[in-house]
Amino acid sequence: MSGRAAAAAATPGRRAPWPLVVVAAVVALGALLPLAYLTVRAFSADEGARALVPLRTTLDLTWDTAILALGVVAATLVVGLPFAWLVVRTDLPGRRLWGLAGSLPLVIPSFVAALALLSAFAPRGLLQEVLEPLGVERLPEIRGYWGSLVALTLATYPYVYLLAASGLRSVDPSAEDAARSLGAGRVRVFALVTLPALRPSLAAASMLVGLYVLSDFGVVSLMGYSTLTTGIYARYESLLALESAAILALVLVALALGLVLVVSRFRLGGAIYRSTPGAGRPVAPVRLGAWRWPALAFCTTVIGFFLVLPIGVLLWWAVTADPITGRAEVAWTSALHSASMAGLTAIVAAALVLPAAILAWRYPSPVSRWLERITLLPSALPGIAVALALVFLGARVGAPLYGSLGLLLAAYVIRFMPYGLASTRASLDAVSPRLEEAARSLGRRPLNATFSVVLPLTRSGILAGAALVFLSTIKELPATLLLKPIGFETLATEIWRGTAIGAYSAVAPSALLLIAIATPLVYALSWRNAWELGAAD
Amino acid sequence: MRRTLVTLVGALVAALALAAGAATAPTQTTSLTIYSGREEQLVAPIMDRFTKETGIELKVRYASSSALATALVEEGGNSPADVFWSQEPGLLGLVAARGLLARLPQATVGKVPSRFSTRSRRWVGTSGRSRVLVYNTDELRPNDLPASVWGLSGAKWKGKIGIAPTNASFQAFLAATIHLFGESRVRAWLEGLKANDVRFYPNNTTVVQAVGRGDVEVGLVNHYYLYNLLADTPTLPVKNYWFRDGDPGNLVLAAGAGIVAASEKSATARRFVDFLLSKTAQRLIARGRGAAEYPLVKGVPRRPGLPALNTIEGPRYNLGRLSVDLAPAVRMLLDEGFIK
Repeated sequence: MSGRAAAAAATPGRRAPWPLVVVAAVVALGALLPLAYLTVRAFSADEGARALVPLRTTLDLTWDTAILALGVVAATLVVGLPFAWLVVRTDLPGRRLWGLAGSLPLVIPSFVAALALLSAFAPRGLLQEVLEPLGVERLPEIRGYWGSLVALTLATYPYVYLLAASGLRSVDPSAEDAARSLGAGRVRVFALVTLPALRPSLAAASMLVGLYVLSDFGVVSLMGYSTLTTGIYARYESLLALESAAILALVLVALALGLVLVVSRFRLGGAIYRSTPGAGRPVAPVRLGAWRWPALAFCTTVIGFFLVLPIGVLLWWAVTADPITGRAEVAWTSALHSASMAGLTAIVAAALVLPAAILAWRYPSPVSRWLERITLLPSALPGIAVALALVFLGARVGAPLYGSLGLLLAAYVIRFMPYGLASTRASLDAVSPRLEEAARSLGRRPLNATFSVVLPLTRSGILAGAALVFLSTIKELPATLLLKPIGFETLATEIWRGTAIGAYSAVAPSALLLIAIATPLVYALSWRNAWELGAAD
Repeated sequence: MRRTLVTLVGALVAALALAAGAATAPTQTTSLTIYSGREEQLVAPIMDRFTKETGIELKVRYASSSALATALVEEGGNSPADVFWSQEPGLLGLVAARGLLARLPQATVGKVPSRFSTRSRRWVGTSGRSRVLVYNTDELRPNDLPASVWGLSGAKWKGKIGIAPTNASFQAFLAATIHLFGESRVRAWLEGLKANDVRFYPNNTTVVQAVGRGDVEVGLVNHYYLYNLLADTPTLPVKNYWFRDGDPGNLVLAAGAGIVAASEKSATARRFVDFLLSKTAQRLIARGRGAAEYPLVKGVPRRPGLPALNTIEGPRYNLGRLSVDLAPAVRMLLDEGFIK
């Protein structure tokens, strides 16, 4: 199957348009900057620095990181895929609301979510207080591997949900109808037609989830679980052991590369392409009937646990604060900064990754494949590593840019463009190259054919990617702190100011504002358009 | 669609240009760039007072002390920073060891007791903070607690201890203890903690919170985190406990400041560092909102309710040694699996 798909996509002997190659190469070069910096640092390690990364520790950390990433990927698929199917394909009551709510956990900074879970589930935590009268004496403790797994699933299942939803909308209904008319039952159609058609989306989402887990520091450090990323931070904190940290960062990059390579094997299953944007004929929603009750219970659990609980804890902090210590005023300027920077990053990233995505899809070759892979790698790095690479380059090479918004934008784009790339690529995979060939046979020039015929079919994926970049950028902290112009505050830095001294009451307004900003933008960026395109209603 | 996008990008760029302009515009005659690892809520009043008294504008980059120290290393000779104000004496020592801090005048360094600076005068302590044991007051009374930090390796404390092994203050405590008592005794103590299923947290604040929640009953931290948290949650069932006099568990550390060697404004930077050691600033450090650190300059009273610095006398240890002593401590933590 996959051989056929690859053969269909590849058109040997056709040369890629040079503007695409140039842009993709420049973008990949940008992504290589942090890797180059880390390589230089790692190779300047002396004996003392190497002593801080014993082989045994490195292997332990690599293993612990890998099993956490695998666990979270599995858990997010279990949560995100059914959620997407219910929202997109069924008559679930209130599904627009569920749909929007399902993507919002992305804006909750992961350490805030982890802290909320810890506060709620602690032996003397909030939930315990609520449940005590009901005879609940001790809640299961959330910590270590399982605690990290739960909190990271919370933080990342929206990637699976958003991409799977976008994929479900792109699945050509005629393929499913054909299968059904041939006598296949609903489950069989899902297993044989829908699921294979979703493979690109699910592969892309799993990769994003995996890369996120590799880079995460906030959750694992709070949960007391060691990964390569906590190892990297520990070395920066301990002895300014930049070189030792760089060695571990390169191991992390290698792990990320492994992940990217494994996922790309799963990307193309049976090639089931869509032929029209889908606006022509809406898909009839599946009637849930009595199943709507378990379905609602499932959605309530997901949203309750992953959105309402953290927000509830935030509100609790806000309400119980001692007013004398200053309930933080609402930081409107910071909100404006956050929204503009995240918006700009989303647009720039979405545009910059298009060439790499088109090349990898339409002109597969070792070069285009590696351009894509390289672009994905920096998102596995902890933010501090990317930030320090740009500190190094900014201060030593690009002095006028250092401390400007331009450099901060560059850091954001490098860190988060993989989210745009993976999403765009997933939607391109669902488009048959024959369409573009047809357009060209009718006299369109290659780039023109791509932009006028192919891109409209992938709009849903590009917009979902932009939304993901936006949501990731708006909560970014380590690079923001080191690279922002002095005095330029964002909501993430406001939140950090509070948590740094444990003033959680001060955190709540900014965190809630973050969610308030993200909601309409997520709606505008992805959902409104998604509904216009081939949605059921 | 295309026009909307162009309008959107235009609007975003305009908004940011305005914002960036506002952030950098008021460049007065003189200004200083401060890298502050000290939290904004605690030190902003001090910064404001300096500007008010001198007319010198301060541009302050706030981040964790270790992130800023690392940034200083990567910036090298091109650092825009004039002053580095760090939470941790160890980080100051390491930055100084890389030749990135300038020598301070004796008059400045002489304002604080000699163990709060180094012989080479690369940094000076600005406030003292004592290592303490925090305990959950619902579970324990002071006479349940060990007289010495060594006692925590006893079986009585199994499952009840929280520490922050990656935290620089914990590592400084360990470094000093290794220097004073020898490697084998400290290693045995760490192994005792491990046998007691000691729990690891990312930093001091989360240790105190864990004690408050009842995850653990005691934790090794710096004394002032409790006061920050109490300001927010007055009902937190946590108190500080000091071990017996001279115990290594009472080690007194310092936050401190140094002048960046690359600074072209070292004279102005010295005014800032001197200001941090003035009675005005020391009073704000010791008595400001949520503040509870020890002033290091004579004649400035500590926060009421704190035991006097000389009654909780920790071990005799010169903090200038940390740049040398930290590495063995960190390697021991790695060996024993406390950090990975």
